[in-house]
Amino acid sequence: MKIVMEQKKDSKPLTKQSNIEKENKPVALNIKKLNIYYGDNHAVKDVSFSIEKNAVTALIGPSGCGKSTFLRSINRMNDLIPGARSTGGIIYEDVNLIGDDINVVALRKEIGMVFQKPNPFPKSIYNNITHALKFNGIRSKKKLDVIVEESLRKAALWDEVKDRLHESALSLSGGQQQRLCIARTLAMKPSILLLDEPASALDPISNAKIEDLIMELKKEYTIIIVTHNMHQASRISDKTAFFLNGVLVEFDQTDKIFTNPSKKDTEDYITGRFG
Amino acid sequence: MDNKTMTASQRLLKKSNKSLLQMELRGKSIVLISALIIITATISITIFLGTKGLQAFFNNGVSLYEFLTSTNWNPTNAESPAYGAVPFIVGSFAVTFLSALIAAPLGIGGAIFMTEIAPSWGKKILQPVIELLVGIPSVVYGFIGLSVLVPFLRDSVGGQGFSLLAGMIVLSIMILPTVTSIATDAMSSLPKGLRESSYAIGATRWQTIWRVLIPAAMPTLLTAVVLGMARAFGEALAVQMVIGNVRTLPSAITDPSATLTTIITLNMGHTTFGSVENNVLWSLALILLAMSFIFIILIRYLSSRRQF
Repeated sequence: MKIVMEQKKDSKPLTKQSNIEKENKPVALNIKKLNIYYGDNHAVKDVSFSIEKNAVTALIGPSGCGKSTFLRSINRMNDLIPGARSTGGIIYEDVNLIGDDINVVALRKEIGMVFQKPNPFPKSIYNNITHALKFNGIRSKKKLDVIVEESLRKAALWDEVKDRLHESALSLSGGQQQRLCIARTLAMKPSILLLDEPASALDPISNAKIEDLIMELKKEYTIIIVTHNMHQASRISDKTAFFLNGVLVEFDQTDKIFTNPSKKDTEDYITGRFG
Repeated sequence: MDNKTMTASQRLLKKSNKSLLQMELRGKSIVLISALIIITATISITIFLGTKGLQAFFNNGVSLYEFLTSTNWNPTNAESPAYGAVPFIVGSFAVTFLSALIAAPLGIGGAIFMTEIAPSWGKKILQPVIELLVGIPSVVYGFIGLSVLVPFLRDSVGGQGFSLLAGMIVLSIMILPTVTSIATDAMSSLPKGLRESSYAIGATRWQTIWRVLIPAAMPTLLTAVVLGMARAFGEALAVQMVIGNVRTLPSAITDPSATLTTIITLNMGHTTFGSVENNVLWSLALILLAMSFIFIILIRYLSSRRQF
């Protein structure tokens, strides 16, 4: 009997970046003609590209270029900003994430986010992680213990805090707090991690630890990271998207962007001529 | 003389800039004197209240034990005057805690509404309402309580209407602005990232408010309640008009009662300065002062535990 091979889902190339889609890597998010507005301000303009599964995608560009706005629209954090609205599509599996019918609470469990400034809850290290799990009805102490250890190990924090799990999270250093925030997000077992300049408020050593961690995490998670640090983007990401004035100027393999960008704006930006 | 023609010693040495230094000194003296006046006033009031309040026990032979444990208050009985202050101490604490019991959830609830639920229009309506509540003088609260609340309670829950219940309702409205405005400050001074990161791990708005924001703001929220209680404990006029002012210990919330402040205001006019009865009133005032110190210590302790 002949095995009928499943037809590869080769979506129609939407933009010039079609060469990437031809590699046929599994796609985590497919962004189609996304527009985001804050009141009259058109912050993200007609952005289309797809984000690969289990890879690190870096979003770079000068301040105010729309990269953070784009990142925040993926797990609908922009809903918290009055006057924000969006059109187009962010296709995740079989749903459009910008639809009004999305349960944003459930969405944010699958697509977790870590912010620039570490924001641990004023609770113990242990409770910072169990906090959201308890909302999901996980009450068994045993189960919680397992998830706490697992998440802290994944965030490379376990060895540093295993003896002081019940001390206040605010007693940790900035870098440790940020890894705790990552652990807290991982505990929800997300499939995509959104990182909004996660290392920019940290010292170089903590910064390096976060980068190592990201390299480790991409085996299991799709990671999208906003960064102002060009070296960081070139070190850790597989794909890089360069935003300027709300427009996606160029999206390609990170190597290509940093060695041989096809647009002049991209080259100017990464060589430090503006931004 | 401009800078170029002056030598360094003319420009930089203290003795050549006398007028400027004198101005500095003058400014410093003005604020120092203000501070000293405030400190002296507080200390002298404390010393005065301390000596007056203890005279009843040391000079007039009133038993401190009786004062603090007896429920019998009858200082005008010529044969065997009794000085048991327990009914008023209990009355003061009862109206204070009961009014805080109402004002705390209402005030904190209002604060959360203003900061979390409807920051734009909620604040526009509630803020002026709260400010208006602060501006109403206590005699007006008492008057409204006396002419509306007391008859209403008499008809609906029975008794005379003058009661702990009436005092508690009037006081809870009076301390509501204190609680609400400090609780609002507490909520809005929380870092924005705390809210966002809670939403970002999939918490609902209610879970975020209940499990993250309120615990994080707790020390300041408690400060709000304690400040409200301090105000309730010291309020005299409005309470006096609705509480009934009896000397007996209340056994139910609908019973009339009296507080330390109402007994002082009622009796200070017709006792002579230096008499035993007058001195005992000073002792009641000393209790009020001691309580306000306790409230202050409590607030200091709470603010030392603030995290944000």
